[in-house]
Amino acid sequence: MIRLDPSLSKSERISVIATWIAALLVILFLMAPIITIVPLSFTSDSLLSYPIPDWSLRWYEVLFGSDMWMRALWNSLYIAFFATILAMILGTVASVGLTSPNFPFKGAVMGLLLTPMIVPIIITAVASYFFYAKLGLTNSYLGMILAHALLGTPFVVITVTATLLGFDSNQVRAAYSLGCKPIPTFFKIVVPQIQPGIISGGLFAFVTSFDEVIVALFMAGTEQFTLPRQMFAGIRENIDPTIAAVASVMILISLILLLGIQWVTARSEKLKAGKT
Amino acid sequence: MAASSQTAPLTDSSQPHVGFDPKKLKAQVRTAERRKTLRALALVAPLFLFVLVFFLFPIGSLLERSVNSPEFVTIFPQSAAILHKSDNLKTLDEQAFYGTLFEELQIAAKERSFGPVGRRLNQDVTGFISLFKKTARKIKKEKQRPADAKAWFLSQNENWGNPTYLHAMKRASSAWTDFYMLTALDLQRSDGGSIIAVEDEKALFVDILIRTMEISLGVTLICVILGYPVAWVLAHTTDTMRNILLIGVLFPFWTSLLVRTAAWIIVLQKEGPINSMLQSLHIIDEPLQLVFNRFGVYVALTHILLPFLVLPLYSVMKAIPNDYMRAAKSLGAKPWIAFIRVYLPQSLPGLSAGAILVFILSIGYYITPALVGGPKDQMISYFIAFYTNNTINWGLASALAFILLVVTLVFYALYQRVTGGKAGMGV
Repeated sequence: MIRLDPSLSKSERISVIATWIAALLVILFLMAPIITIVPLSFTSDSLLSYPIPDWSLRWYEVLFGSDMWMRALWNSLYIAFFATILAMILGTVASVGLTSPNFPFKGAVMGLLLTPMIVPIIITAVASYFFYAKLGLTNSYLGMILAHALLGTPFVVITVTATLLGFDSNQVRAAYSLGCKPIPTFFKIVVPQIQPGIISGGLFAFVTSFDEVIVALFMAGTEQFTLPRQMFAGIRENIDPTIAAVASVMILISLILLLGIQWVTARSEKLKAGKT
Repeated sequence: MAASSQTAPLTDSSQPHVGFDPKKLKAQVRTAERRKTLRALALVAPLFLFVLVFFLFPIGSLLERSVNSPEFVTIFPQSAAILHKSDNLKTLDEQAFYGTLFEELQIAAKERSFGPVGRRLNQDVTGFISLFKKTARKIKKEKQRPADAKAWFLSQNENWGNPTYLHAMKRASSAWTDFYMLTALDLQRSDGGSIIAVEDEKALFVDILIRTMEISLGVTLICVILGYPVAWVLAHTTDTMRNILLIGVLFPFWTSLLVRTAAWIIVLQKEGPINSMLQSLHIIDEPLQLVFNRFGVYVALTHILLPFLVLPLYSVMKAIPNDYMRAAKSLGAKPWIAFIRVYLPQSLPGLSAGAILVFILSIGYYITPALVGGPKDQMISYFIAFYTNNTINWGLASALAFILLVVTLVFYALYQRVTGGKAGMGV
């Protein structure tokens, strides 16, 4: 586990071990809230405190029986799904153009396309609120989808342009010379090879939308409340174990998405390794 | 791409090469290249337009609000023009001014359109809203413009002749204004037109800016101290161990922000596990206040931002060869000197990239301080939201957003410089 170089002196060994202890404590700190909150969601008590008197699924029953939380879950999935699709399409198509050697002012345009990731989200939220209000798109699903898609596009652009750099564009020429039209070429030759980039970009975009609360705070009416937005309201009012149950469900979803990304990355690395 | 134009000369090979014209070929190549460029542009165009219309334009109009407030000029165009022309009110044509103000206020009172003007002026001098309301109620009953408009206004309320009020109207008499930007920096225009500091009890925003910087710097520093050993361990262990530890860093990173914030409130609250543990160990008698204060903000923000420091630092450390440290030591350097002079400088690019990233993200944080902080721990983002939603003062919200954006972009430029444009997260 700890690789202690035999050449190390005694004092160095001590400092290496001390570093390890420090690192493990920090990782414990990182995991602590997650480790704490999940068991609390299974309490039979209505207080969020340890020791847990008895185990029960009571709060999950409350959660899955609540119209409010179920609508929030549905809203989150619905908005994140369409925002992701939109971000994936716009981001992938743009990435193909951006990586073309003929594209002028590549750096500047790329920088501009990535700004939604850099600008503090509160500024984006307030600006969107004023702008969408003029279009009558606040308190609407379309507004939320557009705003979240915008936040997701930089991730798609980053991951897809990165995979496109490893793509041999001679294959496109080969396909053309064999008589394939541009659009079928794109779907048959390009997409299968940059798929890992598109999928991981899409997963990032999904998580961005699924976790997003500040834009939702300004733009969503009660009808469009997403899970984080509903949680925000819940935390402000009073924290009861339902919040812990929602949190546990969201932790599970993040875990699935994280494993998804790890799987896609591992697969694309295998593909790359297979090629060389 | 542009397959047809490229293959055209080739399929013509049945014909003798008599008509071969290098100029024509060059032109064809140029057309093909131009077509490729156009195609690349067309592919980027949808996203570019999307970002332009739904992001850059809204941000631009938000920023414009911080320097442009056309309420007074729009509703009282002629009165504003007269005020604007006057040299600091000394050359104000009073009869003309009060006369037009009477007419324009009468129209505005009937159309009930003076509200925004009252609110705008009230942001400068408190009392304008009631002044406008009361006078408007009376002015609707007046049949015609009185001969001495100024006397009429003064008989309604003597504040209509008060230089403080007149100067506020004068300041609002042009749509372009530095009023909000100055307010956001605790400055104001004196009646003489020079920039001065606001009274101490009104000064608020410089403190908020300093507080934002202070919390962000604190969080960055804590992240550096906590993150360095983690990154070092990740970079110097076996693959299996690294993967296990990386999950410990990435799993919280992927967990929803709100989940983590809620979890910290639960962990740190008075009945929470930390307090009950300390109490059962008899370290403390009374539960400690660990949340809804600055401590809670530091804990939750550090927790959320730490992975942003660890990951880039780890990816840089991974690439540092062990040989340098060994060489330094074999040449007689003491281990800690070798570390400070050989290892640390090589890890510095990752450390500074991570630290700047943490700082940038931290200054813009809103949700976490809003939920785990007390009223004295709120950062600039909170006030942007506050002036947008609670106290409707969009100009001030925009001015604060302007400042936050500028600070963020400055540090982002620094980040770009440090990373050389390559933002490596190592995963």
